[in-house]
Amino acid sequence: MTNKEQSPIILLGTRFLSPYIMLFGFYVIFHGHYSPGGGFQGGTLLAVSLLLVRIASGTEIASLQFKDYLATPFAALGVLIYFGTGLVAIFTGGYFLDYEQLPIPGLEAADLRYWGILIIELGIGLTVMTVLVLIYDNMVKGEDYA
Amino acid sequence: MKYLKLLIIMAFTTVLLFAASDLPYRGDADNQMNQEVSMTGTEVPGNYYIQEAYNDAHTPNIVTVILGDYRSIDTLGEQIVIFTAGLITFLLLRNRKEEEGESDDE
Repeated sequence: MTNKEQSPIILLGTRFLSPYIMLFGFYVIFHGHYSPGGGFQGGTLLAVSLLLVRIASGTEIASLQFKDYLATPFAALGVLIYFGTGLVAIFTGGYFLDYEQLPIPGLEAADLRYWGILIIELGIGLTVMTVLVLIYDNMVKGEDYA
Repeated sequence: MKYLKLLIIMAFTTVLLFAASDLPYRGDADNQMNQEVSMTGTEVPGNYYIQEAYNDAHTPNIVTVILGDYRSIDTLGEQIVIFTAGLITFLLLRNRKEEEGESDDE
């Protein structure tokens, strides 16, 4: 990366804007049961809140917000959350991804499906967020290396 | 050649407009896509989704129930596609420096 002068206005502006975009991303994920939205859209908004700081202030300052080596394990963790939900449903006696068989006590079948959908949406959001950050980080590093 | 392209475009536009003039109205209750039974006599699955989605999952958004519950294996495939795309950028872009450095050392 070339060393240009960094504008404090852009730096503070993106740092001010980033938490609100992140909050809206969580709203889109958790409100996906009642309005348009879900894991893919909310994960993209979460990635935007991280990429804004990365583009404006460089990788060093942005790594205080989200470490770049955490991106790949979290992407794999998101896939494992989704796949593990299906496997738990198999081990407790149902079909693959049959949320009625999830071992959460005190809920009826329809509410178990409600919470099962929320769990997999969180897994999707985690994967989409970290993969978009991972693609940006890898492109920037490839630019440095070339 | 130019007039031939123009002629092809005009003919294709005529065909599309002729086909579009026979489309049914969107909210018409007599449409085939709004019927409970298809042309071949089998029951349409969308009928079941609209009627039973809230009772099955207590979620008002039918699209979320279809994507997350009824068709959840398809959504798992989409997530794995995105994860694979991230891993491919990891493999293509990140290891270049280390390979060049090793070859320089050797």
